[in-house]
Amino acid sequence: MSENSKAFVEVRDLKRVFDVSRPWLNRVLEGAPKAWLKAVDGLSFDIRKGETFALVGESGSGKSTVARMAVGLLPVSGGEVTIDGVSMTKVQGSAERQALRKRIQMIFQDPYASLNPRWRVERIIAEPIHAFGLLKGEAVTARIGELLTLVGLHPDDGKKFPHEFSGGQRQRIAIARALASSAEFIVCDEPTSALDVSVQAQILNLMRDLQKEFGLTYLFISHNLAVVRHMADRIGVMYLGRLVEVSTSKQLFSAPRHPYTRMLLDAVPDLAMSGRARVMVAGEIPNPISPPSGCTFHPRCPLANARCKAEAPAMREIPEINGGVACHAVEEGRS
Amino acid sequence: MTQAPVISVRNLVVEFATRRGILRAIDGVSFDIMPGEVLGVVGESGAGKSVTGSAIIGLIEPPGRIAGGEILLHGKRIDNLPAEEMRRIRGRKIAMIFQDPLTSLNPLYRVGEQLIETIQTHTDLSASAARARAIDLLAEVGIPAPERRIDGYPHEFSGGMRQRVVIALALSAEPDFIVADEPTTALDVSVQAQIIQLIKKLCRERGTAVMLVTHDMGVIAETADRVAVMYAGRVAEIGPVRDVVKHPLHPYAKGLMGAIPTLEAEAERLVQIPGSMPRLTNIPKGCAFNPRCERVMDRCRIERPEPSDPKGDLSSGAAIMPGHRVACHLYDGGAK
Repeated sequence: MSENSKAFVEVRDLKRVFDVSRPWLNRVLEGAPKAWLKAVDGLSFDIRKGETFALVGESGSGKSTVARMAVGLLPVSGGEVTIDGVSMTKVQGSAERQALRKRIQMIFQDPYASLNPRWRVERIIAEPIHAFGLLKGEAVTARIGELLTLVGLHPDDGKKFPHEFSGGQRQRIAIARALASSAEFIVCDEPTSALDVSVQAQILNLMRDLQKEFGLTYLFISHNLAVVRHMADRIGVMYLGRLVEVSTSKQLFSAPRHPYTRMLLDAVPDLAMSGRARVMVAGEIPNPISPPSGCTFHPRCPLANARCKAEAPAMREIPEINGGVACHAVEEGRS
Repeated sequence: MTQAPVISVRNLVVEFATRRGILRAIDGVSFDIMPGEVLGVVGESGAGKSVTGSAIIGLIEPPGRIAGGEILLHGKRIDNLPAEEMRRIRGRKIAMIFQDPLTSLNPLYRVGEQLIETIQTHTDLSASAARARAIDLLAEVGIPAPERRIDGYPHEFSGGMRQRVVIALALSAEPDFIVADEPTTALDVSVQAQIIQLIKKLCRERGTAVMLVTHDMGVIAETADRVAVMYAGRVAEIGPVRDVVKHPLHPYAKGLMGAIPTLEAEAERLVQIPGSMPRLTNIPKGCAFNPRCERVMDRCRIERPEPSDPKGDLSSGAAIMPGHRVACHLYDGGAK
């Protein structure tokens, strides 16, 4: 990946708030104020063409919300997603919107829920082709066969229903559907976390092969750091709706900078049993409705001081890791 | 080993009668677990890990049944006990920790009530003594301010804290043996690490034997003393955890270890085991893994290998530790 190649996907100051207020009558009777949950709070990152950018974080950190906004399944509350120079959030006119949507696809976590059980596989895969009017008649059938072969299934499998397939095969069908419109940018939300390890290996290998063949750009969401390390070129670590560290995969795993990243890496069970020292971090991710003041990680952070409690750190760019870190301790050299 | 095992499983066979015929979920599984030892059981979905756990605590429900073999607790058979006697053993001698801490707690009762009920069922403590004991247990599993939290409802606890409550429940009668079925699967990594540490600590301090069922090899590597790799209802390989993880012998165990992405190794491609797990209605003859095995021989299609000490062709060249047994014809010294 050359340093100066232009960003294919640009996410700028992305925000999403959810209204989690109690019902109107309760608010009136109990005098409770409206409550807001900031699921994503000012997120910015770039993904270059052909690159895999991964978002990692624990449950409730806002990874999946970002994924859903990146494909336009969820309207944004603020900020902008730009794909190949076209702003998805401010796109005008349906023709332009259709053209953009064709280039974006998503692979979901649960292959049992993401395929319509009443449709045959060929109809599932053909849906994007028909939706965008790409091909007609015989050509559609040929294309479905081609796609099924591409993901390691047999063209005759198109006649079957999803229940006739195992979890791994279903995820292959979901990948074939994502490729049907010749999408360039694929958002994968935990694509293998519902699968067994040997099947996970098959799917991850397939995704890498397809990326090489078609120059796909992936936004890869996962809570599994080992999987992310295997797949991603660059990684963004999320905590309570904010990015705390963005770095190349190599740098993140060899020299993590943010205390939260270090904690996450330490917590991963060690298969190699190298006996490395663990820093046990107490506590859990706080309630996002009333997040801690200042840096939201400060109650769990071993390096926190008065400044961390008062002032939220901004993302400071660090060119040598092709990303940046949002931490007062790192900035002041206390780490 | 001079100690007597807490649990011995001998040639266990569990069958489920279905419309399509009898499914053999467990087919001739044997192992021992010593006091204070953690035996990890890994395998993919359908390998029979959870069924083995359920069989030990006597929770196999019809149409399932234990069709053969025996389960011994401190040398006494428990698999053929009447339901009422088994009920008394379950909870007091053998406890279970389930995967989902939300469904193993009753949402309508305070955490304390559930703990006190369990304590009073198994001991003859008075209500106030049982409450004091419940608070002690909550403190032991690392719940802050237990004297206040004891009156909370399960929904007021986070996932990790709930799993701690479930562990406290399992410990309440001081059992000799705990079956932990995917205890950390529903938790985030940082919380998972805390729960693993807790289980390890409790085993060490109390000498409780644990059977840890999980699909996560990393959790096993961190927690277990020994590991059994299961495939299609059979034990493919069993041995000291370091030995099995670093030098797996069985082709399936080798594939499984290679398929796991790790933080250390930077592999371009993960090892891929061709094909998928056989259906239980259709387990291949001979070695169950033979259709997917790269080193399959004619013998593997006919004759079923039994777990035994490996001999002969040890391609890894590693010294195999005692107690490392593998069910594979490659290692029986005969065939090349």
